[in-house]
Amino acid sequence: MSALLQSDQTQLEDIEIALLLEGLYRVYGFDFRDYSPASIKRRILERMRAEKIATVSAYQDCVLHDDACMERLLVGLSVHVTSMFRDPSFYHTFRTKVVPILRTYPTVRIWHAGCSTGEEVYSMAILLQEEGLYRKCVIYATDISRDVLRKAREGIFPLAAMQEYTGNYMRAGGKHEFSDYYTAHYDNVIFHPALKTNVVFSEHNLVTDGSFNEFHVILCRNVMIYFNKALQERVHNLIYESLSMFGVFGLGNKESLKFTPRADFYEKLDNRDKLYRKVK
Amino acid sequence: MTFEIVVIGTSYGGLSALQEVLPALAPGFGMPVVVVQHRGKDSDNLCEFLQRYCALPLSEPNDKEAIAPGRVYLAPRDYHLLIEKDGFALSTEAPVGYARPSVNVLFESAADVYQEHVVGVVLTGANTDGARGLAKIKAYGGLCVVEDPAGAKSRGMPEAAIAATSVDAILPLPEIASFLNQLCRHEPRSSYAS
Repeated sequence: MSALLQSDQTQLEDIEIALLLEGLYRVYGFDFRDYSPASIKRRILERMRAEKIATVSAYQDCVLHDDACMERLLVGLSVHVTSMFRDPSFYHTFRTKVVPILRTYPTVRIWHAGCSTGEEVYSMAILLQEEGLYRKCVIYATDISRDVLRKAREGIFPLAAMQEYTGNYMRAGGKHEFSDYYTAHYDNVIFHPALKTNVVFSEHNLVTDGSFNEFHVILCRNVMIYFNKALQERVHNLIYESLSMFGVFGLGNKESLKFTPRADFYEKLDNRDKLYRKVK
Repeated sequence: MTFEIVVIGTSYGGLSALQEVLPALAPGFGMPVVVVQHRGKDSDNLCEFLQRYCALPLSEPNDKEAIAPGRVYLAPRDYHLLIEKDGFALSTEAPVGYARPSVNVLFESAADVYQEHVVGVVLTGANTDGARGLAKIKAYGGLCVVEDPAGAKSRGMPEAAIAATSVDAILPLPEIASFLNQLCRHEPRSSYAS
């Protein structure tokens, strides 16, 4: 009996969530309708607990009538908790296999799509600086949330995380002292502003916006895991169209190009790390 | 009652517990088995290690990979592993209770999709992860199995699970696999979607 009630409850909640996402799209233009359902449900229910609201319908009322409430939801839906040099071997492979390619270009445009709070953007800036390439690079770091981008632009991260990041940095082939790149201040560190002189932080929505340049490198790591398959296909097409011939595409560790519409248009740069090169 | 998926959560002591449970799963085990073992961010070789103890194919799923019976899936390091209607989904949401992967995240998403067809198993662990998830599995009519705290390497997770819900079976570690094998005797539905 109670199992039946629970399943009715789940079904009702799924309908309410679909309505909330439809409203969010039609009122504010943010389209989460094709997000992967399990995680988006978790995040909405989490936000509701924080706002002390009991039903999704009541929450919808708040989101659609109160900009601040919507903005908090948007942050809740767009924060990925990542780390600097996440998956150090990815950055190590980038150094050994992608950097030599980039050396041959007069200028390099890099798109970091879905950069969240910027940890991986600063990681890439450090890597490029150590390889002597930073001066000729422009990194476009984009995300849908203004709030997340503001944090990324600040370049302030908790001091407590530095021990882990230092380990990652070293395993990623770091050439200096990691602490050379930041200044500690109480419980936080601020990364040196020189690291962001060639970074352009800007709002871009992978779901609804189109291509805005042609890039030599596109990193979109652990972003599409939040999308359903249909939306993943759309974004794979967008990335393909935004990449120059022989451009490099980087995905997260557990993402696969297999079964995507553009799978045959890339070749692997590495067997283990998810770095690909557009070949047709 | 037919069951369609087994979800297992464990933390401290889990490696040796899994080395005992996984080899005893019957060949041709009729359900997918999804495991969250709390692990460090640089625990790269856990999958290869556990495969040595497991006759069923064992892998870390890629995002959106389909879920197949007779396979063991291990949550990859530094991701939450979630269950959806048509496969796995990964997430880098914040750690839950300091854990990523989190047992609760796996269990709750499994209950959402498979409802009363879930078997939840909590093994040894020094924290309380899994308790809330197991309670949800129970609330949806699933089956809850907990390693007997008396013999567990660490009592924390089993005791928290037992306190959180009325579990169906409290078993010493050596009996857990045969209990799961028994559940497979019933013909499972061919796939969730059908």
